[in-house]
Amino acid sequence: MDPSFLVIQALNGLASASSLFITACGLTIVFGVTRIVNFAHGSLYMIGAYTAATLVPRLLELSFGPVSFWAGILVSALIVGIIGVLIEVLLLRRIYGAPELFQLLATFGLVLVVQDLVVQVFGPQDILGPRAPGLRAPVEILGRRFPSYELVLIAAGPVVLGLVWLLLRRTRFGVLVRAATQDRDMIAALGVNQAILFTGTLFLGAFLAGLGGALQIPRVAANTGMDLAIIAEAFVVTVVGGMGSVTGAFLAALIIGQLQAFGILIFPKSTLVVVFLLMAVVLAIRPNGLFGRPETVGGTHAVGIASHKPRSSNWILGLAAIAALACLPLAADAYLLKVATEILIFALFAFSLQLLIGVGGLVSFGHAAFFGLGAYGAALAVKWLGAPMEAALPAGLVLAGTGAALIGAFVVRLSGIYLAMMTLAAAQILYAVAFQWVEVTGGDNGIVGVWPSAWASGQVPYYLMTLGLTVVAVFLLVRIINAPFGYALRAARDSEPRAESIGINLRQHRWLAFMISGAAAGLSGGLYAFSRGSVDPGLLGIPTSVDALTMLLLGGIQTVMGPLVGAGVLHFLRDQIMPLTSLWRLFLGLSIIAMVLLFPRGLVGTVQHWREERA
Amino acid sequence: MSAPLLDIRNLSASYGSAQVLFGLSLELRAGEVVALVGRNGAGKTTTLKAIMGLVPAKADRLAFRGRSLIGLPTYRIARLGLGYVPEDRRIFTDLTVDENLETGHRAAGAGRSPWTPERLFRLFPNLAEMRDRRGSQMSGGEQQMLSIARTLMGNPEAILLDEPSEGIAPVIVQMMAEAIRAMKAEGVAVLLSEQNWAFAAGISNRACVIERGEIRFQGSMAELMANEALRAETLGV
Repeated sequence: MDPSFLVIQALNGLASASSLFITACGLTIVFGVTRIVNFAHGSLYMIGAYTAATLVPRLLELSFGPVSFWAGILVSALIVGIIGVLIEVLLLRRIYGAPELFQLLATFGLVLVVQDLVVQVFGPQDILGPRAPGLRAPVEILGRRFPSYELVLIAAGPVVLGLVWLLLRRTRFGVLVRAATQDRDMIAALGVNQAILFTGTLFLGAFLAGLGGALQIPRVAANTGMDLAIIAEAFVVTVVGGMGSVTGAFLAALIIGQLQAFGILIFPKSTLVVVFLLMAVVLAIRPNGLFGRPETVGGTHAVGIASHKPRSSNWILGLAAIAALACLPLAADAYLLKVATEILIFALFAFSLQLLIGVGGLVSFGHAAFFGLGAYGAALAVKWLGAPMEAALPAGLVLAGTGAALIGAFVVRLSGIYLAMMTLAAAQILYAVAFQWVEVTGGDNGIVGVWPSAWASGQVPYYLMTLGLTVVAVFLLVRIINAPFGYALRAARDSEPRAESIGINLRQHRWLAFMISGAAAGLSGGLYAFSRGSVDPGLLGIPTSVDALTMLLLGGIQTVMGPLVGAGVLHFLRDQIMPLTSLWRLFLGLSIIAMVLLFPRGLVGTVQHWREERA
Repeated sequence: MSAPLLDIRNLSASYGSAQVLFGLSLELRAGEVVALVGRNGAGKTTTLKAIMGLVPAKADRLAFRGRSLIGLPTYRIARLGLGYVPEDRRIFTDLTVDENLETGHRAAGAGRSPWTPERLFRLFPNLAEMRDRRGSQMSGGEQQMLSIARTLMGNPEAILLDEPSEGIAPVIVQMMAEAIRAMKAEGVAVLLSEQNWAFAAGISNRACVIERGEIRFQGSMAELMANEALRAETLGV
């Protein structure tokens, strides 16, 4: 192979590594101090890009030259830093003690809010920034042209690393930040006001995210998909490097940059697959990343189903509900039946997640993976094998279960926040595969023509079939939750060491839970595919995972039946409100934040709590 | 007699629904060393944590230098001049000795000669030889010295010292006793929680015996030494 090509690829890798590091570095610093994985970090990056792409051209009009350009970049980063301060004071400060799941959900609520606000402020179109004055001409390297701006980026990564290193090692602020990373109570007992320390940290983290975004403007147009694209990569960098480790993030970014640059030669379509393999290898050898260390805090962070004495009235209520649902076709029109079918499908999807989160304490943030695998499994069977629905639905279930077995096999080695980020990354990989492997999956267009068999093709029979399958699956899952297997999972959720010391094989139980949950989610995905007649990569996306989480949160994470109620209410609200407004995401995001702050028990949880208080 | 530096009246504290302190009262005066002695689980550590605001507490009066501590966040209590050395030392293990000292640094009040790393290294010569060593690479005794030195860097008027002799070598226990005498000579008041009776008896002016979250005895060390029956009952010595 031509050596000059290899050099250019390596340089490209270094340039993307630098950009990635600058952003991921902020994420890892914020996590180190606050122990919050800030989902909205990618949103800050996006705001940085939009701000710079809007601000820098104005400054260049005033006075053209490198000074205006770089001043614009810095000012944009500073603005984002101030937004970070606002986020800390208004939101994060209130959830430092909350369970990880709530922290992730609240910051994801912020992601949704920012997505709509960015469109409101900057408009819906992509904004391409100006090129940097003085760096427009490419330089020649080994006879090949290479953009000189990329060379500046390559240098920017180590410069930021150096400055952050100096800040953390050579200033009082840095010493206190590192001390607070380890022991917040002690630092307070020494007279240090943590609140200011945390706000300062958020400023630094947001500034770096904003800088990372602002530096992109000559390379890519600011667009509304930037936030979720970068956050998945930044998660990978921080996980591989070790959460909280700046040096680890740098090393991980370098490795990933090179893997992406040369991975193109192996997997031209999806470099993310290579990255995923790297992450799998690193975490298999070092579960806390290259430079991470085992979590010392935590243990009380899982929330989940509390034990309740089963009431006999629950049975009657359940049977009555099923009977009422079975009679629905007598009263409802076609549209209502379609909505009801979807609610049932999402109820099963959310319920399958409850087995992992509520029962197992395993905060899966990528449950869309299994929903999507089920949908794609069914659709692919129809498209490529000509399978009828009766064979395609089980195929989807098996594909989802197998995917859950694979993903589960190594995420069960992890815990807490690592598990959440890894499941999210796994779902993002599958999303990328579905999006990029056009020959097989149809890419962005997905697969169409996924219709049910003739006997089930009417609205009423399909509804009844969905109801039947959902009832059976939920019944089986409830049995599993209330079986010794479910108790073992709960024991492991509440205290790993105690569960292990009475002889429970944690990993085996959790792995099995992943497979069961994945298979159930796969069934719901398959049902969804046939109800719509098509599948597309969106089914595997982060918003799908968050839908399931929001249903859990809304219904009540500490209740068995919460997810079913949550699915119904959320889907109904979406159906009613979404057509009325273009700001659905803003509304949903604010609702999620409000629920975390004010209403963490959820609907069913609140009713249950009220009944217990009265008793 | 002047007002006490630290004035505690009728202090109660609980962890969740488990109450640990039941109306405890004690005083610490400027420049004196008071030993808070009692069996394991009697409430010594909780008393110190409650004073620092690390455990929710109720009291008729909980005041330091005349200022009420009730409802203040921990860092404000520390800034009033009250130092705290926890029983598990809580050294920042990722930080070097010098950096650990920096975390405790606060300016001294007017008219006092401030503690500097150099002065502290004279008090704890072992630390002087390991200024760049990380906390994780230090022995228990060295960590205990560093924990005390770190708190002194804040130039406190009083220190709450939680079991400084626990789990460290006898020769270092001797050093701790020296250090506490040196603090006393500087006018720093010390409230010392101890299970090591001999250690406490050797350096304290007064003693408070705590049992099941209440003060059973408060008086001079000589009085407690003389009251063999009480010592046998409450301390087992």
